[in-house]
Amino acid sequence: MKERAMVPRAEFSSYYGRPVLKKPVWAELDIAGYLFTGGIAAGSALLAAGADLSGRPSMRRSARLTSMAALGVSGAALVHDLGKPERFVNMLRVFKPTSPMSVGSWLLSAFAAPLGVAAASELPVGRRLVGRLARPAGLAAAAVAPGIATYTAVLICDTSVPSWHAAYPEMPFVFAGSALAGSAGLSLVLSPVAENAPAVRLAVLGAAMELAASHRIESRLGLLAEPYAEGKAGAKLRAGKALTLAGTLTAVALGRRSKVAAVAAGGMLAAASALTRFGIFEAGVASAEDPVYTVAPQRERVEKVSAAGS
Amino acid sequence: MTPATGHIVSDHQPRMGFFTDTSVCIGCKACEVACKEWNHVPDDGYAFLGQSYDNTGELSADTWRHVAFIEQPREGGDIRWLMSSDVCKHCTHAGCLDVCPTGSLFRTEFGTVVVQEDICNGCGYCVPACPYGVIDQRKDDGRVWKCTLCYDRIGEGLQPACAKACPTESIQYGPLEDLRERARGRVEDLVAAGVTEARLYGDDPADGVGGTGAFFLLLDEPEVYGLPPDPVVPTRDLAAMWRQAALAAGTFVALGVAAFAGRRGAR
Repeated sequence: MKERAMVPRAEFSSYYGRPVLKKPVWAELDIAGYLFTGGIAAGSALLAAGADLSGRPSMRRSARLTSMAALGVSGAALVHDLGKPERFVNMLRVFKPTSPMSVGSWLLSAFAAPLGVAAASELPVGRRLVGRLARPAGLAAAAVAPGIATYTAVLICDTSVPSWHAAYPEMPFVFAGSALAGSAGLSLVLSPVAENAPAVRLAVLGAAMELAASHRIESRLGLLAEPYAEGKAGAKLRAGKALTLAGTLTAVALGRRSKVAAVAAGGMLAAASALTRFGIFEAGVASAEDPVYTVAPQRERVEKVSAAGS
Repeated sequence: MTPATGHIVSDHQPRMGFFTDTSVCIGCKACEVACKEWNHVPDDGYAFLGQSYDNTGELSADTWRHVAFIEQPREGGDIRWLMSSDVCKHCTHAGCLDVCPTGSLFRTEFGTVVVQEDICNGCGYCVPACPYGVIDQRKDDGRVWKCTLCYDRIGEGLQPACAKACPTESIQYGPLEDLRERARGRVEDLVAAGVTEARLYGDDPADGVGGTGAFFLLLDEPEVYGLPPDPVVPTRDLAAMWRQAALAAGTFVALGVAAFAGRRGAR
């Protein structure tokens, strides 16, 4: 018998073709947007700490401010998406380890406070207020940043959405890589060329991790990889990959010499990070909308168990 | 990940549930109507779906009981009617409850899963978490709604409205253990009578959601009724997910260090 990578569509039955699951009710602009800006906030906080410790003041300044701005947009998007925005503070009513959103709410709080201090120190008014607290605050924010960059992967994978849930082993690596490459890109745009070397290296490393993890999802998931390849989601993800590659190559070749090239490379990398997040979001929604992605893998599992049992 | 496998109720209050025996459902939709009346569930639209007698479509924020109608062609030009009243499963391991970040969703003393509407902030996380597509957001209100197993009625010793209204006892309410025993007997009777396709759905505490508080006797595969054949609570893999995230987070830091440490002094 031929090895089957996919479950044949013909074998699955449904109730009038209706979806079994409810697709996420999250607004794409808010939540896919947050996956992007949250990653930028985290990656930029890490870059800012590196710039601070390695004596790159312009890069530190731009990275801290980028991180704070991205976090501000993130917070606004998250509150805006709530059905009852005036109740956003209920997120901090309990700490619930079984809820990645609860964990994330507390992580964001732990991130925002020191980041705010570090970012304030980059403004004339704040510098006098914050004084020597700037560096420890920036390092504290960088310590929480890895959590911010990766918890969102757990958040979307801890659902019944078939193509998200099945991708849980790789998704945090995609998100972490995308956060690093996108943040490195914005740093290339906003920092002087002379300070660009670490951002170029980080773009390469982040892009490599993201592309490798994405490739693994696409080759491992079989039927559930389809939503990542098809339709609008597939187009966004392909464009994201192309821009990641082009941005990385441009950064490596010219990012340390030409400001124009650095800006172009950085813009491509940041756009790629956004496209990746929106593509992943849309692929998940598509996998929840079509009952084949819910029923066929489960049916196959049932058949396997009953075959083993008989 | 909800606490206490199979021991979610105390000694003095047994876990309560529904047994929906679809083999005696006549598709009258009294359950849908009684539920709406008792719970003041808003209008969900007057649609003509062209899907047999089903003009409700699915469970939603405004539909907490949904009767499915399936017409199956048989040999000799006959058709077989399948009718089934679907409802929230009140899972032992409830995905909606696990992921709720505010504590709005909670486990009652009856072992059921209920939304506290004064707490829900409409984050919507429970909606894609449910492996059955039950809980949903009410758009004009922002919060999520679903079957409460008539929490207000059963606390007073009454039956849930749908079970009370069901004219054929297709919907039975009671202590879950009793219902499971009764359901096993019913399957045996049906099989003995030649209905060999009768099977229970959601009765097994070893399944992916730890068994459901509302379970069913079906006459075909679950997916024929729009039910998932092997549902698993997404939080079953949560520990593994956090492990992967921790590895990725560590890599995130390591790459950052490498980017700044590489070729020191080189700008």
